Amino acid sequence: MIKVWFKTGAPWIWLNAAAVSICMLMVVGILGLVTSRGVGHFWPSQVKQFIYQEEGKPDKTIIGEQVDSSVTPALMAKSTGHKMADNEDVLIQYLIKSGNRDVTGTDFLWIEKRNVKSEIEPDDLIVVERREWGNFYGRILEVKESGKTVASGKDAGSVLQSKISESLSIFKEIAYLEKKEIGAINYNLERLRLKQRKLELENRLDDKAKQQLADEKNAYDAEYKQYQVQLADLYQKIRRDVLVAETESGVQVKIPLAKVVRVFQPNSMSILDKIGHYVAKVFEFLTEDPREANTEGGIFPAIFGTVMMVLMMSVIVTPFGVIAAVYLREYAKQGFITRLIRIAVNNLAGVPSVVYGVFGLGFFVYILGGNIDQLFFPESAPAPVYGTPGLLWASITLALLTLPVVIVSTEEGLARIPSSIREGSLALGATKLETLWLTVLPMASPAMMTGLILAVARAAGEVAPLMLVGVVKLAPTLPLDGNFPFLHLDRKFMHLGFHIYDVGFQSPNVEAARPLVYATALLLVLVIVGLNLAAIVIRNNLREKYRALEG
Amino acid sequence: MSEHTRTHAIDMSSVLRDKGNENHQHETCIRVKDLNLFYGEKQALHGINMEMPKQKVTAFIGPSGCGKSTLLRCINRMNDLVDSARIEGQILLDNENIYDKSVNVAALRRRVGMVFQKPNPFPKSIFENVAYGLRIQGINDKRILEETVENSLRGAALWDEMKDRLNDNALGMSGGQQQRLVIARAIAIEPEVLLLDEPASALDPISTLKIEELINELKEKYTIVIVTHNMQQAARVSDYTAFMYMGELIEMGTTSELFTNPVKKQTEDYITGRYG
Repeated sequence: MIKVWFKTGAPWIWLNAAAVSICMLMVVGILGLVTSRGVGHFWPSQVKQFIYQEEGKPDKTIIGEQVDSSVTPALMAKSTGHKMADNEDVLIQYLIKSGNRDVTGTDFLWIEKRNVKSEIEPDDLIVVERREWGNFYGRILEVKESGKTVASGKDAGSVLQSKISESLSIFKEIAYLEKKEIGAINYNLERLRLKQRKLELENRLDDKAKQQLADEKNAYDAEYKQYQVQLADLYQKIRRDVLVAETESGVQVKIPLAKVVRVFQPNSMSILDKIGHYVAKVFEFLTEDPREANTEGGIFPAIFGTVMMVLMMSVIVTPFGVIAAVYLREYAKQGFITRLIRIAVNNLAGVPSVVYGVFGLGFFVYILGGNIDQLFFPESAPAPVYGTPGLLWASITLALLTLPVVIVSTEEGLARIPSSIREGSLALGATKLETLWLTVLPMASPAMMTGLILAVARAAGEVAPLMLVGVVKLAPTLPLDGNFPFLHLDRKFMHLGFHIYDVGFQSPNVEAARPLVYATALLLVLVIVGLNLAAIVIRNNLREKYRALEG
Repeated sequence: MSEHTRTHAIDMSSVLRDKGNENHQHETCIRVKDLNLFYGEKQALHGINMEMPKQKVTAFIGPSGCGKSTLLRCINRMNDLVDSARIEGQILLDNENIYDKSVNVAALRRRVGMVFQKPNPFPKSIFENVAYGLRIQGINDKRILEETVENSLRGAALWDEMKDRLNDNALGMSGGQQQRLVIARAIAIEPEVLLLDEPASALDPISTLKIEELINELKEKYTIVIVTHNMQQAARVSDYTAFMYMGELIEMGTTSELFTNPVKKQTEDYITGRYG
């Protein structure tokens, strides 16, 4: 019976189907996990107030969000030092995010369910997102302006909100002035310094040049002073308002509004309010700079850096790979040497990526970059310009890493083009170059795009080599900005993959960072999928256009 | 000389003289002189000597693998693309040796157009397919291109069918249309000679008929050399026929002569269907 069933071939089909389903399940599982953990982070959860009594200690009040729970069997709990009664089978614990790190020194704590006397969700509890010290949980006492109380009690909430939006707009103004305007002045002053140093090195720093440089410098200084006055004014304004609030244990905390991002009362929010809050938080995550050692705020620089690096890599790897493949397939005499080269190229694809990182650091950064600095930027010595990891070297290193994929798939594409098409073109009096350029390469372009898709997929996910050649934990400036020459290839940048590593494993506040790890991972997947989809759409259009002949 | 390379002498002048009785002007367009071709060690053509007259249709017939396509591809130096091919002897086009070192191969191929067995249009629009040869020559004037495309498509009896579809992809056409498009593409650059390598072998009978009619019209302007498997086709379209066997030219003469009164036994056996 079994034998007959075996002979029908059905078992193999089942085996195949099972393998496919397991693959699918794993993919769905990964995406599901990352999504569920990452997406929920931005939802404003209820803030609970617990009356908590540990054995032999007085009652205390705990306020916070419940973020996790754990169930431990009695035996295990006993062995870790918990006292367990005989009728207790399990120990249930909650992880509470209680915030107020400035007061209590810790913002997460585990509590045991059996010690919780009561649990309520009062409407008047507030959550304050701060730029320093993490969240604050508690109650509003009063709002002060220049030391005078302007609102307290019930109406403090609405006054507070208007004050906050005011201070946020001032904050934005300050950030704009500091980053854009004064940043540009600093950039130009640095350029002047380099110019002066350069003239000095070339012995051309005469009085006229000195005068000119001094004039320019004075102009910038004057501009800077003007901004300073403006800034001082703004700082005074933003420091005027203070929120006085009370923690669960009755400690009064003064929070300057300059340090507040937002205040909300999750327990009294309607579902629509919560959705609005969620969207705002997601938007902030996507568009803002990180705060507090990357555990709060957004990850825009990392998204930008990743996309930028992948685009640069594509721009570098495509021409190199295509030209190499064209030579190998179309011009080189096929024989032992071309076979050797192909084997080498294929093996290159199997080299661990960190080895490329080491090579990039040793060759590109130190040798190439060091020489470039000596030749073209002697004025900035001893500070390196290109002799230090940066966007350019990271892109080139990754281009090297992905070169084999592009070469191999382009070669395959070229090999697939029927010889009748080439002959048709040659018979019309086209030279080999014209035939390649006008007919063969366009027809092989879908294959090139396939190579590029694979390259992008690999490059966007790499972290190890990037740590050596240009990615940093926190980059003060984007590699693209309004200061000439706009694209700064020498700058270090942030990257989603490294960000995940950094937030997840190097963060001082593991509990706070964990949801961000998932959110960032999800975003990295989305960015890669987005880049790939774009390339796939282009490839399919090309395919439609250059549909190959049958046979 | 080996047994094989000894040419079965054909007195071409007598052939031409016979023809000359009907029509006095018969210049020779292509003259093949002692042509030997080797693929590596293997010799594929053995001492071929022949002449192809101007503005006439010359057909090569013979069994598969007899070298007729190879010979045809020598005339526009397509065999240069085969790495292992080596050629001895001469082919004179208007008394110039096309295998001379000074010859520009691309320029030669502009003078000697070729149509292949399988239609091979480029994956571009019909217009761009026909304009391809002109664009290579650097002609991008829209007016000239349009005019040439129209004339060429008319020349290939395709204009009426395709004049509203010039921007469609050529790969959407039927096989017969594609083959005529390829002919239009070849005549757009106004070659002197047109080489047709079994142009109708992949086509249905109606398309074949159209191609044959086309050949009849084209010979007014072009010297045509056609390779065909189909003896009826050779008889229908050609003025002269050459019979090849095992890389040798066995016999050549006017088509009517060769089919009705072959000199060689081998030729007779072949055309009567006794082998091949």
